[in-house]
Amino acid sequence: MKFTLGSFRHRKLRTFLTVLGIFIGIAAVVTLISLTQGFETAINEQFEMMGENNIMILPGSLMTSFAGQSSQELTDHELDLIKDTSGVDNAGGMITKVAKVEFRGQINYAFIVGLPTDWNILEAYSGVTLEKGRYFKDTDRYKAGVGWLYYSGASFDKHVSTGDKININGYDFDIIGVVSKIGSPEDDQQIYIPIDVAREVLNTPTGYYVLLAKTKDGWDPEAVADNIKERLRKERGLKEGEENFEIQTMNDLKTTSMAMLAVVEFVIIGIAAISLVVGGLGIMNSVYTSVIERTREIGVMKAIGARNSDIMMIFLIEAGLLGLVGGLLGIAAGLVASKAVEWYALQMDINLLKVTLQPMLIIGALSFSFFIGVISGVVPARNAAKMRPVDALRYE
Amino acid sequence: MRENMKDKHTHGHAHDLSKEKSIIHLKDVKKSYLMGEVTVNALKGVTLDIKENDFVAIVGPSGSGKSTLLNMVGCLDTPTSGTIELNGTNITELSESDLAQVRGQSIGFVFQFFNLIPSLSAIENVSLPLVFQGVPSEERRERAAELLKMLGLGDRMEHLPSELSGGEQQRVAIARALAPNPRVILADEPTGNLDLKTGNEIMMLLKELHLKERKTLIIVTHDKLIADHAHRVVRLIDGQIAYDGHDKWDGGKPK
Repeated sequence: MKFTLGSFRHRKLRTFLTVLGIFIGIAAVVTLISLTQGFETAINEQFEMMGENNIMILPGSLMTSFAGQSSQELTDHELDLIKDTSGVDNAGGMITKVAKVEFRGQINYAFIVGLPTDWNILEAYSGVTLEKGRYFKDTDRYKAGVGWLYYSGASFDKHVSTGDKININGYDFDIIGVVSKIGSPEDDQQIYIPIDVAREVLNTPTGYYVLLAKTKDGWDPEAVADNIKERLRKERGLKEGEENFEIQTMNDLKTTSMAMLAVVEFVIIGIAAISLVVGGLGIMNSVYTSVIERTREIGVMKAIGARNSDIMMIFLIEAGLLGLVGGLLGIAAGLVASKAVEWYALQMDINLLKVTLQPMLIIGALSFSFFIGVISGVVPARNAAKMRPVDALRYE
Repeated sequence: MRENMKDKHTHGHAHDLSKEKSIIHLKDVKKSYLMGEVTVNALKGVTLDIKENDFVAIVGPSGSGKSTLLNMVGCLDTPTSGTIELNGTNITELSESDLAQVRGQSIGFVFQFFNLIPSLSAIENVSLPLVFQGVPSEERRERAAELLKMLGLGDRMEHLPSELSGGEQQRVAIARALAPNPRVILADEPTGNLDLKTGNEIMMLLKELHLKERKTLIIVTHDKLIADHAHRVVRLIDGQIAYDGHDKWDGGKPK
């Protein structure tokens, strides 16, 4: 053990260069796993907040709908059908568009969301509460609610609050509410207005961007989603499997998000694996060099009674320690990097990226790096062990 | 100490070895190896019997096979044919692991170039053979410290080899050879890399070990002065024993 440590002490730079591959690999794994795990936790929390009774109806496929490219529209009549479907507690539709917003002479562009006035869809569906003020009433016309960043002063030079006036696409609105912080800059910079007014202001006379339904307590959201699907299919005269709309339950969404994360993790782990293999080869090379450099010492140790297995052990430990050093440095760097990303995200008002310090990840990464080191050391260590003492001693 | 040693010296030579039992016995040992494409016959049938507590100098010109012979006795190398018995065990039949055991327990090596592990301190170097014998750490340190003190290196224990003089390094190496309390000390040109005065000191030390600790001492040397200390001289020429007797360096010719 001391023998090994001594050889590191004398060659700090070389040791560091040797473990660079392991260092990078482990750092990448630790950073990205902490981040994706943090992201996963955040997504889970988000879904929990929204509840499991939610169903989302989109006019096209998930991707084209989000991109706003769907040619299909969800109509008022279809909204009524959904409200009427058994198991549905309530439903509502939303439209969204970017518009020019003016506040005290300063101009900005923002997502304007038209919301139903008969149902507090923000709280019922997304679990989002109001920081200040109230939700829309049926009689509200040019009233608006603003996202957190307007209130905090991040969007305009001046803070926007209830009682202020704001101009959207040339129409004046009274601000009656401020939405609590949601956690992503996009969400926190939205402005909400009644949907009837939105049709006029946003120049969107018909259709919904998305319909949101909530199931009654005790109903299985999947079953209710199937009911809705069937009704919409009949309404549109489509056969099963030919739907030109998309229905997502929270469960579906969660699965989709997790699957996307899994792909990201998979790619990252692939990259890290390559780095770790390269790192392992680096260690192998270093142990080979070390064996050659210390041929004479190997001979001496054999002369004073070291068995082949003792020699093998010495170099395996050396290789394992090299791996461990790389792993330790990598974990430290990975944690710092992921914390830095978290901090940076917070600066950008994204609190979806919460890094959690996971003991299992650290223990796993450490034992894995040690293991890689040992594996990489097997061949050179065996070479060392098999040296004939008389030859090793004669080595210059 | 010197005075004391002189007494023992005289006493030692008076000691009759004929009653001692044989500790090393070589029978028709041959060794040949390939050097490039040429087969070198390093030993061409050596038969030799060494008694316990003997002090043997193996001399001869370079290339005569004296180091090869020492390596055979030290279990560092195996003969092409013939048998070597150490303590009654035929070591040519032992496995590598058993040979390591024999080396670690019965033989202490002293080399020309000291061969200390540069990254270990004096006391760690001396402890090292005991590591391979599975001796507990405390005990190892105690034994190593005791040996270093005995060899006059009590104040040098934590020094690295690079911080020690040649003579001191060789004394550390001797302490290391003694650590497992072997019965045989094999020294290959132990003074070859030291100045005359230091070489003499080392020689006296080895001799004292032979006399006081009753170690069987085998020294390979080409130095007449060293060989003169020995009780028995074996002269190798061209892989064969040319002289074996109690006479000095010029052995073979009457004094």
